[in-house]
Amino acid sequence: MSPSWSGNDQKIPLGRLALVSYASVIFVVLLLIGFWKLQVVQSGHFADLAERNRVRSIPIIAPRGPMLDREGRILVDSFPSTSILLLRDDPKLLARSIPQIEEGLGISKEDLKQQIEAAKNEPKFQPIVIKPVATMPDIAFVESHRADLPVLELMLVQRRRYPYAEMLANGVGYVGEVSPQDMDRPDSHYRPGDIVGKAGLEKQYNNVLEGTDGMRRVIVNSVGKAVRTLDNVEAIPGKPIQLTIDLDLQTVAEADMADKEGSVVAMDARTGDILAMVSRPTFDPNDFAVRIPQDEWQKLNSDLETPLLNRAIQAQLAPGSVFKIVMATAMLETKAVPETMTVFCPGYATFYGRQFKCHVFGKGGHGEVDLHKAIVQSCDIYFYNVGKGLGIDRISFYANALGLGHRTGIDLPSEEPGLVPSEDWAQKVFHRKWYAGETISVSVGQGAVTTTPIQLARMIAGVASGGMLVEPHLLKNFPNPHVDHFTISDDTVEKVTQGMYGVVNEGGTAAGAKLQNVEFCGKSGSAQVIGYDVRNRLGKQKQFKDNAWFVGYAPRRNPDIVVAVLVQGGEHGGAVAGPIARDLVKAYYDKKNARSQQQAKMQPPDQPSPPRPLIATVGAHQP
Amino acid sequence: MKDRPRIQDFDWALLAIVAAITGIGVLEIYSSTHASGMAGIQWKQLMWIGLGIAGMFLISQIDYHTLLDQAPGLYIFGIASLLVVLVIGHSRFGAKRWVPLVGGFNLQVSELMKLIIIIVLARYLSEVRTDRLTLTDLVKVGVITLVPVVLILKQPDLGTAMVLIPVAMLGAFLAGIEWKHAAIGVLLVGLMVPIGLNMRHYLKPYQQQRIETFLHPEEDQRGAGYQVLQSEIAVGSGGFWGKGFGKGSQNQLGFVPVRYSDFILAALAEEMGFIGVCVVLLLYLGLILRLVDNAQKAKDKAGMFVVMGVTAILGFHVLVNAAMVIGYVPVTGIPLPLMSYGGSATAFVFLALGLVMNVRMRRFVN
Repeated sequence: MSPSWSGNDQKIPLGRLALVSYASVIFVVLLLIGFWKLQVVQSGHFADLAERNRVRSIPIIAPRGPMLDREGRILVDSFPSTSILLLRDDPKLLARSIPQIEEGLGISKEDLKQQIEAAKNEPKFQPIVIKPVATMPDIAFVESHRADLPVLELMLVQRRRYPYAEMLANGVGYVGEVSPQDMDRPDSHYRPGDIVGKAGLEKQYNNVLEGTDGMRRVIVNSVGKAVRTLDNVEAIPGKPIQLTIDLDLQTVAEADMADKEGSVVAMDARTGDILAMVSRPTFDPNDFAVRIPQDEWQKLNSDLETPLLNRAIQAQLAPGSVFKIVMATAMLETKAVPETMTVFCPGYATFYGRQFKCHVFGKGGHGEVDLHKAIVQSCDIYFYNVGKGLGIDRISFYANALGLGHRTGIDLPSEEPGLVPSEDWAQKVFHRKWYAGETISVSVGQGAVTTTPIQLARMIAGVASGGMLVEPHLLKNFPNPHVDHFTISDDTVEKVTQGMYGVVNEGGTAAGAKLQNVEFCGKSGSAQVIGYDVRNRLGKQKQFKDNAWFVGYAPRRNPDIVVAVLVQGGEHGGAVAGPIARDLVKAYYDKKNARSQQQAKMQPPDQPSPPRPLIATVGAHQP
Repeated sequence: MKDRPRIQDFDWALLAIVAAITGIGVLEIYSSTHASGMAGIQWKQLMWIGLGIAGMFLISQIDYHTLLDQAPGLYIFGIASLLVVLVIGHSRFGAKRWVPLVGGFNLQVSELMKLIIIIVLARYLSEVRTDRLTLTDLVKVGVITLVPVVLILKQPDLGTAMVLIPVAMLGAFLAGIEWKHAAIGVLLVGLMVPIGLNMRHYLKPYQQQRIETFLHPEEDQRGAGYQVLQSEIAVGSGGFWGKGFGKGSQNQLGFVPVRYSDFILAALAEEMGFIGVCVVLLLYLGLILRLVDNAQKAKDKAGMFVVMGVTAILGFHVLVNAAMVIGYVPVTGIPLPLMSYGGSATAFVFLALGLVMNVRMRRFVN
């Protein structure tokens, strides 16, 4: 029965068994100490980590406010789109996910790392946007990799839309991701990837247009799926802004400038409302609504034709003969030169030992010229003499008083001041005295004097309205537009505006711009880009062609509308720029007349007027 | 003196402790999975427990001396089975551990090997008639143990392979290992650790990763280190009183890895707090002490070795699993006996307890 190994004769090692019991007790005590350390000593820390595991904050992006034209038509709006977020709670996991993200979403490693680096000072629970506009395949990729790529999350965003693309682009500006500098400002509330206005009205009125982002806190499970919403802080949408722009006039101006380089500004001469603003060449702000690729941005920035420049407020160019209105006003107001002065124009004249030409040089001369004829025919010889009589400081004073040489105060960022030279200026900038010969050039808007289109529109409107210099603005409810009152005698206004009437209506330099039933007046200018001598040396190249200017307005006194047109390289102010100004003035009155007729006919009580067709036909072509 | 073993001589106190532990285990399995795609697995676990209890009664009926008589045959059978597994076994979770059985059940052969090694070593050690274990015997014990260890490592299943070693160590200790041999053994193990760490390139990738993770847990948050971290977060955030049954976010939202199985203690720690952990660990201590008591009261050394073999395996499981949950040892896939969900593991524990009952029932039998 009992084999050799069995039997109760063997002693059980009770002592060693007891040792096993003691050891067991010690092990259990050690384990309990381990649990105590985690569950009691460090429980706060781990409770924190558990909470962070479980709760995820997803921003709810507030839509930017739309921009409307003066009649409430939408110029710029927003539409919902999906962005892809990168969650950064877990740096190790993040680093490991990068190759897969690169492959799945087509974002380069370097780009990703750079974005993560840029956000390193943000709280870890704040995700960053790595793909602002996700395509359907992108969304599918994120959805199908929720388990193995929990660092990705989808977010509904609001994307900027510019339905008219390039129309008004330089005025509207564009949006883009907030820059690190903007985020570093002490009052900044921005997070990386936030979209802000970068230029134009988008920048100017950014704090009106941008809303307040909300935040949704959700409970997620271990594979990143949202199981339940904890709380929701709704986004507050940005406010709309209504512009002074008239879409119909803007359309006319855009069409006229389509193949040109330059600018058009149409302004309500009494209020300073900008009715149309064009700058060419331009860009499509939709390209910026998302992050613009680096190479695209380089291209736009390095483009010699500078499409990002808003020529209406940033092109500082010689005004040419348009400046003669300043000269005429100064002459009549100061009486330093008698208003009865007449000059004989043989096509050239010599001042201080140097020959100055009239624009008709080579085709004879203007003959006997008085002030009226000098404005109508734009005789340079006459104004050389006016300039000589006035001297640079009187010219400078009147140019400044009429708004040249300093910013108009338009509600757009980065307006340029232009330049009105003076003796002080020569001293300050070049540490030399002013040469009298320079005054001769300035007298016809050449030399050191430069202006922007908006300044010239304001100057002409100012003279025609007897010295009321309005503050141009694009916001319809612009609070208290400032008006500079510079008194100009009625006699002066009468004489100068008669001259400008003659430019269009008495066979002057812009006779082709005549309009029926409208007192369309203005002043042309053909400004040299470089001196004649230099140009002759270099040959006739396009970039050295004269800039064509025309500033037109109507009616002759106390105008309703003023339009400044610049066509760079257009050569002939009256012939090239004049008709563009005319088209706008015509469109303005056509529309005004159509409205009053309609009101007289229908008078619908409490009914919004039906949409009107654009008025773009030009009828009154004249030789 | 009785002449016949009786059911009444079962250790009912021990079974009460077992009932308490399994009860808590089933509840926590329910809590961990009721809101997931695995809902309802507590019923399967209860079925395994039922089968285990039946097996326990069956195995207690065969006199352990009869079982020990068959030790060489069992050993050969076990080794052969392990070889079969290596050749044709089912691969699951990247390891071959399973032999398909009829009726859709899979048997984890290495669990069976645990029972066999208990019996084989009890037989071998009880043949040593003195209080001293000679070096030759010690080496033989080592070889007997290491053959299945190596085969199980090949599967690869580091956890189960390691579990066999404490049976031999505790057996050798109780058989009267000489202190100098013990000291040399400790020294050898001490030397093996740095060598083993250098040899880690020869390990399977997932084993390498586990060691890497253990050495540098912060560098690998989504892999095994992530598991340990999530487990620690669950345990730590449970606090003293726990978040409440079914209310642990780490557990319920699935952050705790295999929360119904290897990491069930983390799930329990989160929901039941330090208090719950105390109750469970003290129950296990009670179980171990009760097993040692049974060993002390065994009729012969053979019975004592059988009981202490079971004690070694259960104690090692509890110690390593609990230490793993709080990040003190690497993740090795060692479940918590009687609580972790799993058929083979649960069946093994009850069969092992059957051996204990077997010895206890026969302590007065002549």
